[in-house]
Amino acid sequence: MTTNTVGTMREALISIRDVSVAYGSRRVLDRVNLDVYRGEIVALLGGSGSGKTTLLRQVVALARPDSGSISIGGVDVTSCSARELAAVRRKIGVAFQESALFSSMTVEENAALPLQELTGLADPVVALMVWMKLKAVGLAEARTLYPRELSGGMKKRAAIARAIALDPDIVVLDEPSAGLDPIIAAGLDELILLLKRSFGMTVLVVTHALDSAFRIADRVAMLYQGSLIAVGTPEEFKASTHPRARQFVQGQPERLSDASAGFAASFLKEFQP
Amino acid sequence: MIIAGIGRAAITSATDVGTLTIQLWRSLLRLRTALPIVGNRRRWRTSVRQMMAIGVSALPVVALMSFCLGFVASLQAAAELRRYGAIRYVVEFTAIAFTRELGALITAISVSGRSASAIAAEVSTMVVGQEVDALRVMGLDPIELTLVPKYVGALITIPCLTILSTLFGITAGYCFLAASIGMTARVFVRDALEAIMLRDVVLTLVKSVVFATIIVHVGYMEGLRVSGGPEAVGRGTTTAVVNATFLVILADLAATALFYVMGWSAAG
Repeated sequence: MTTNTVGTMREALISIRDVSVAYGSRRVLDRVNLDVYRGEIVALLGGSGSGKTTLLRQVVALARPDSGSISIGGVDVTSCSARELAAVRRKIGVAFQESALFSSMTVEENAALPLQELTGLADPVVALMVWMKLKAVGLAEARTLYPRELSGGMKKRAAIARAIALDPDIVVLDEPSAGLDPIIAAGLDELILLLKRSFGMTVLVVTHALDSAFRIADRVAMLYQGSLIAVGTPEEFKASTHPRARQFVQGQPERLSDASAGFAASFLKEFQP
Repeated sequence: MIIAGIGRAAITSATDVGTLTIQLWRSLLRLRTALPIVGNRRRWRTSVRQMMAIGVSALPVVALMSFCLGFVASLQAAAELRRYGAIRYVVEFTAIAFTRELGALITAISVSGRSASAIAAEVSTMVVGQEVDALRVMGLDPIELTLVPKYVGALITIPCLTILSTLFGITAGYCFLAASIGMTARVFVRDALEAIMLRDVVLTLVKSVVFATIIVHVGYMEGLRVSGGPEAVGRGTTTAVVNATFLVILADLAATALFYVMGWSAAG
């Protein structure tokens, strides 16, 4: 987006400050700091169990962090009132990893739900808006199908259509390309870029697909064991000297000695008298 | 060990009661949205669908069970009463047993078996598929959208089913008497109406509303509590039926004891 001036680019729409989360004694997030600026796509990378999904749940206010704050559009969602939170939620669209489409509703009804429930729009207007969103994600022909009749890629598209139904400022996508073949995944990448270019939306994508992240993201952030170890443009990230980031970029497996040492230690701990 | 076990069980029960109370309160606050005319049109339409699922489709099984149990109860009563030459009192026995107790209980137990499990399965599938999270992030209330229509559906249909169950049970009594001693319908209806008191009918309907509340709310709570994979859905469903049926019987005991203490259940 060449039209974006530096000034508008620097307005932090999502601002994560010192966020820590622990489940019992296990630290899942350790003082994470991240800003997502208006109009950019940020890919949150990390291996399985790195805390990506936990961080996402904090951002969409499904869970509260143990400490730290998250503000969205200037409102601190960790401490705001229910009314303020409801207002913030209208500005965020979320597409979950499992798509989370309502199985008893058609694609069209799924995408219409937020409009029917949260706006006072008349039914014909809602129908028109839903049709436009479904057209944008390429599902206009499948609008009368139920989620069980959709393929994996179509489900993700339907979830995105529902997420953008209210024209939110921010779209949060959890693993959009997980379990999809490369062609369908590339199609979804195009769709995510469209959200930014045509709708001017800010996108936070949680993913472990590196090629997809490099293709779509303005900036990449990598979580490792609950800490952000690298944040930067894809080029900066590729050049990162952090050993874990390098390992991730190069797709190297966990060193066997580390893994087997860990296994031996836990084995001994378990069976010691 | 034993004390720790008792403590753990007490904490679990207290948590359950707390969760149920909060859930019930929040659903009562939103109940209006699912009513016709005053509420939301879409929500009422969902309530009607729930009435079909919870009530109307349970009618055949409730009717059959009530008829069979009515016949059994009459047979058993007749075996005793015949010895005293008082077989005509079978009418009174069946009419009172069904209006006071059996109608509501048969309905509640069969609906609990069908619907507590169905509700738990539906809600837990929504939890596992992140549908409940999706509602929350949209700023929508899962209680209002998913629980309240079911609750309204049950509140309307379970008392109706209770009345029908009572009618079927008493009709079975008539069928037995007509076949065994050739009692006419006119005599049967006269005797039965004499035995049934309006107060019993009202108290039974109150009980059936309580049973409806238990079935829907326990099913919903067990469904919402599920975490993990598909096997958790199965476990939640079983727990929902067992707990709902147990609580229905417990509530019946409490209600009957209360009515007895208050002197509402004395005949005459």
